[in-house]
Amino acid sequence: MLRHLSLLLAILSFGGCASTPTTLYDQLGGQEKIALIVDNFIKEIEFDAVIFQHFKDSDVSRFREKLIEQLCAETGGNCQYTGDSMEKVHTGMKISESDFNRTVDLLINAMTKADVSYPLQNRVLAKLAPMRADIYQR
Amino acid sequence: MKQVRFLSQTFALLLLTQTTLAGEGKLLATAGLTQLEGSGGGGIVPWATVAGYDSEDEFSVAAFSTQVNLDDYRLNAWGVSVGIYDRIEISAARQTFDLTSLGGDINQNIFGVKTRLYGDVIYSAWPQTSIGLQYKKLQDPGVAKLVGAKSYDDGTDLYLAMTKVHLGALAGYNLIWNITARATKANQLGLLGYGGINNNHYEVMLEGSLGVLVSRQLAIGVEYRQKPDNLAIKEDDWKDLFVTYLPNKHVNFTAAWAQLGDIAGAKDQQGLYLSMTGYLW
Repeated sequence: MLRHLSLLLAILSFGGCASTPTTLYDQLGGQEKIALIVDNFIKEIEFDAVIFQHFKDSDVSRFREKLIEQLCAETGGNCQYTGDSMEKVHTGMKISESDFNRTVDLLINAMTKADVSYPLQNRVLAKLAPMRADIYQR
Repeated sequence: MKQVRFLSQTFALLLLTQTTLAGEGKLLATAGLTQLEGSGGGGIVPWATVAGYDSEDEFSVAAFSTQVNLDDYRLNAWGVSVGIYDRIEISAARQTFDLTSLGGDINQNIFGVKTRLYGDVIYSAWPQTSIGLQYKKLQDPGVAKLVGAKSYDDGTDLYLAMTKVHLGALAGYNLIWNITARATKANQLGLLGYGGINNNHYEVMLEGSLGVLVSRQLAIGVEYRQKPDNLAIKEDDWKDLFVTYLPNKHVNFTAAWAQLGDIAGAKDQQGLYLSMTGYLW
């Protein structure tokens, strides 16, 4: 049992030494990669009949610009988010739990298609997760 | 024969899950697996998660099939569960414990209910917390009588479970942990009845699981389940080391190495645990 445990710990800690002082923004690949993720995300939304309903009246170019800003700021890039608060944007939309999680799945697809590694995807999601309270069921 | 039944159950499940639309409102892997007694959980521990991919406005139906091949025994379990609004889980399972060395088997039916009290496994600050019970009805009390169980008809376990996912917590990998406190009198899941010469009261046992998603589709982890020791023959705590493959929200497969210690006088029982859960709706 102990042998199994130490093997498991060895596997788990294998990525541990990869921690670097650079920001998540830099590790992702900077502005170019974030723009690619956002473009992919917009495509994913356009092709999803359910989620597109929430966006059909949105100004796509403004959404793109503000989301790039926001992802840059959230991941430690040198940007300032100048859009409306998450709470303000989503109030009245009554986003269900299914639709929220479905949109997370679309963002995951967008990152996967932008060749963002699985650990980096998780760290991006961890940065965004606290916003759920201001988005969901407002 | 039992081997064939396990395989055909697994195959039938696989066919069913590929042709139906399931509740998919949860994120992949957050429905967990199905534990041995039919509740949504890990492999041997019930979790706070509600079985199935239902979110708060959906319901779901899941079915599972599990086999544990030990040195002197084989445990088969199968059953179904219903998840309602990611709030309530109702489950029914049938266990068949083959005494492969001695001959004969022990059957048991288990009915479970669980309700989520608080939280979301990913998003809430504190762990998702649920309470549940498992009512077990022993069909073949012969062996339980023989080993000196005080009761060999039926029994109920009560549990409180807390489960949490930490996104990217381990060098970018998602960590999931669960801890469960179970009040029980059951000997070897109830297969050997309830209570015995050493103890005939409810005791609180601690059970835990710790896992890491090494990719979106693959999880590895360990589990530990503290067990009562009511009978004159020794009962040990259970452990396992598992690998789970979750290709999509329709199905998952688990292989584990289970170390279940002494069971009904047979020493150091270990073996391969194979399980599959299919999400039918």
